[in-house]
Amino acid sequence: MQEPHGGRLIDRCRIVDDVDTKDAIMLQVNKDRAEDIENIAHGIFSPLEGFLCYNDLENVMEDMRLESDTPWTIPIILDVDKQSLQGAKEGDKVFLKNDENGLIAEMEIEDIYSVDKKRLAESIYGTKDNSHPGVSMTYGIRDTLLGGKITLLKEGKKQFESYSLRPKETRILFKEKGWKKIVAFQTRNPPHVGHEYVQKAALTFVDGLFINPLIGRKKKGDFKDEVILKAYEALMKYYYPKERAVLAILCTSMKYAGPREAIHHAIMRKNFGCTHFIVGRDHAGVGNFYEPYAAHDIFDEFPDLGITPLFFRSFFYCKKCGSVVNEKICPHGKEEHVNFSGTKIREMLKEGKIPPSDMMRPEVAEAILSFDNPFIE
Amino acid sequence: MEGKKDEKKFTTISIPTPLADKIKKRIEGTGFHSLSSYVTYVLRELLASMEEEEAGEALTKEDEEKIKERLRALGYLD
Repeated sequence: MQEPHGGRLIDRCRIVDDVDTKDAIMLQVNKDRAEDIENIAHGIFSPLEGFLCYNDLENVMEDMRLESDTPWTIPIILDVDKQSLQGAKEGDKVFLKNDENGLIAEMEIEDIYSVDKKRLAESIYGTKDNSHPGVSMTYGIRDTLLGGKITLLKEGKKQFESYSLRPKETRILFKEKGWKKIVAFQTRNPPHVGHEYVQKAALTFVDGLFINPLIGRKKKGDFKDEVILKAYEALMKYYYPKERAVLAILCTSMKYAGPREAIHHAIMRKNFGCTHFIVGRDHAGVGNFYEPYAAHDIFDEFPDLGITPLFFRSFFYCKKCGSVVNEKICPHGKEEHVNFSGTKIREMLKEGKIPPSDMMRPEVAEAILSFDNPFIE
Repeated sequence: MEGKKDEKKFTTISIPTPLADKIKKRIEGTGFHSLSSYVTYVLRELLASMEEEEAGEALTKEDEEKIKERLRALGYLD
């Protein structure tokens, strides 16, 4: 069984019916932070037991590791209004709530600090340009950061509960299925034929495929979560062996941090029990902020990551080969190649047209077109 | 607060020179940039597996059965 990141699967859940919060300090958190809290509590962010303290954040920014030297590339931080602390200090306990669910967690404050946002943005995203969605999000965080362990007291409402599995569940699922080697596929799009080819090529070498779409805040123009799920349901129903592939969601926001986020995505899947992780072209990238294969190269810096990356270059359909290929295995010229252009597929779908079947399975296209508007506005 | 001193907690451990030389050879071209990072990695792995063994099964049989029930109800298991 795959070892969790840092050696131990974190469980910070203590679900209760009622909590005495009289005279307690309540801090409001947004949807993204509420998702972070659940991901920490359920071990998806193992070995984190709470929000990063100053030293860990410094190490993450400078060395892409926690203070313990464990690989960690994305800052999981809690920003608050200083006034809302009402004088709370290090060592105090506070409660965390949000609009949707009310009280969700408690937190032991270990560290109260601040960070230079420009430095934070540049170290994580490699740019200070606020046209980058991660950078602009970083500039928007509040000035006071709290570090410390959290305990989940109440599970949030889930839009897709039937697809929501926690690491302790996926680990049992893989064991019951007899899978020892499991490859994870991170996605934020409905599948086209190129995705299917990558997944099946990877599955050839392992026991099972874990398709793990990311559900959460994305940017305008991205596909809606329910569209992604319905598209995958169609693909799996008609084209995947039931005993070899499972679909479950991961509720967390996209950061668009490119290479750093590729490592983070791999770590989360390691915690789900996966042994391999597919890394494609421009993984977690946005615009032209990252080199197309920077997310491949970064894995060289983490020989101790504990999950094996499977690198894939761009796939395309070759008219001469009559199949899906990549530049490594196809001898023909570009004139024979049909690229799986996400933009082109998107435009066709926007016009209500079914893309050609060598680009997208008709069943998948029909599932997408069953929505009035499949895109985030 | 900002500007707070980053107090890294590292210490020095002595190991026999021949062993260090052997490790240096082993890590050539592996991506481990130093003897320390490799030794840290090996020790962490070793400790984690020992701790896991000592802790035994993290889930009780009852917990495991509940999870299997949910997985069956959701159609993940037959």
